Amino acid sequence: MENATTTQTPLVQLSKVNKYFGDLHVLQDIDLTVMPGEVIVLIGPSGSGKSTLCRTINRLETIDSGDVKVDGRPLPAEGRALAELRSNVGMVFQHFNLFAHLNVLQNITLGPIKVRRMTKAKAEERARALLDRVGLSDKADSYPAQLSGGQQQRVAIARGLAMDPKLMMFDEPTSALDPEMINEVLDVMQDLAREGMTMVVVTHEMGFARRAADKVVFMADGQIVEVAPPADFFDNPQTARAQDFLSKVLSH
Amino acid sequence: MFDNLAQIAAALGSGLWVTVWVTAVSFFFALVIGGVLATMHVSPAPPARWFATAYTGLFKNIPLLAVLFIMYFGLPKIGIALPNWQWAIIGLSTYTAAFVGETLRSGINSINLGQAEAARSIGLTFGQSLRNVILPQAFRTVIPPLGSLLTALVKNSSLVLAIGVTETSAMAQRLINDTDVHYNLWTVIIGVALCYLIVNLPISYFIRRAERRAEFAR
Repeated sequence: MENATTTQTPLVQLSKVNKYFGDLHVLQDIDLTVMPGEVIVLIGPSGSGKSTLCRTINRLETIDSGDVKVDGRPLPAEGRALAELRSNVGMVFQHFNLFAHLNVLQNITLGPIKVRRMTKAKAEERARALLDRVGLSDKADSYPAQLSGGQQQRVAIARGLAMDPKLMMFDEPTSALDPEMINEVLDVMQDLAREGMTMVVVTHEMGFARRAADKVVFMADGQIVEVAPPADFFDNPQTARAQDFLSKVLSH
Repeated sequence: MFDNLAQIAAALGSGLWVTVWVTAVSFFFALVIGGVLATMHVSPAPPARWFATAYTGLFKNIPLLAVLFIMYFGLPKIGIALPNWQWAIIGLSTYTAAFVGETLRSGINSINLGQAEAARSIGLTFGQSLRNVILPQAFRTVIPPLGSLLTALVKNSSLVLAIGVTETSAMAQRLINDTDVHYNLWTVIIGVALCYLIVNLPISYFIRRAERRAEFAR
């Protein structure tokens, strides 16, 4: 699956990961490797386990068997070591989850100040630079509820980036957005991909997958069914499940 | 009816002062203990959750008077001797703490799970996410119920007359039982009611103001 010339250690490595929600086997023997700089896009029908898979990487979901390694180290259980690991893995949620009682600047600087022990002045300087990068330099003092969905999601991306993460994960980042706001978020994500950020993206945006992904991982019913570069996957899907899925999402 | 008004006012006034400081000190400790209980309730460590559940179940379901009696009459038997007013404060604060803990916990539970997930995802520890993300938001939702607990505590504090603390109600009882002077019963009773109103009405007012000020900027 990996090209043989690379000798780097994988940034994320899942092997034989299984997870159940009650009787439902939501992740079935999942093997997945993410190399530094790689952009992995997870697609598949609703309920196929993509979000759950993504959330196991920073242990927002625990697993029942198998193992998850981030940066060569097994994922720690609860406690300080896990918090430390999470600080290196940025996460963007479907519903933004900005801290409702803090303004935009405070949302972005909370992690750097509390976790990285950065001074307030330094953290704010960097936060403003990040806001500039996501096109929201005039919103530093606004509260989340005063922003549109697209703006909130761009702030959430800036909040993740403020920790200088090794990996950014996006869990359906545009699914809760009005259609006219989707592109402003995808544009920021595509810039990140171009700049070499390692990314794991769960999305239904096929256009984004085609343009930005290094690898498309297609999931169905808790299994990884197909892994391929986007051009191969979209133009020449190998499995019946993938062909069926693509015929439904690409037909209109 | 208006005979001896000055003496009645003086007696009730000195009792009222006791009511106010006993309530204030008890509420302070109730907030501290209740905060610890709420933290234990949501903690990832099962023994902490068990302790909080047991404490709350016990103190919520025993009458305050029984709590006061058990402490005042029972604990000295195992060698813990304290002045009456200290038992009053310990009884009132441990009892009220169970309710404060439940109130804070419901406040914490009212915060969207996504807030905690986002806090953890940027690397905050359990304690840090509680302090910086969850509690500041939970606090806004619990100001009104905490205010109700405070006004209830002001009234509950009248029960400490049973263990010999001379707060407002105890002073009233003393006046009524005074066979030398024969204070008018209704003057004393209405005076007591006025005393509690004087304390509780401003509390209600300030709680309403605090509530309005704590509303999200949106």
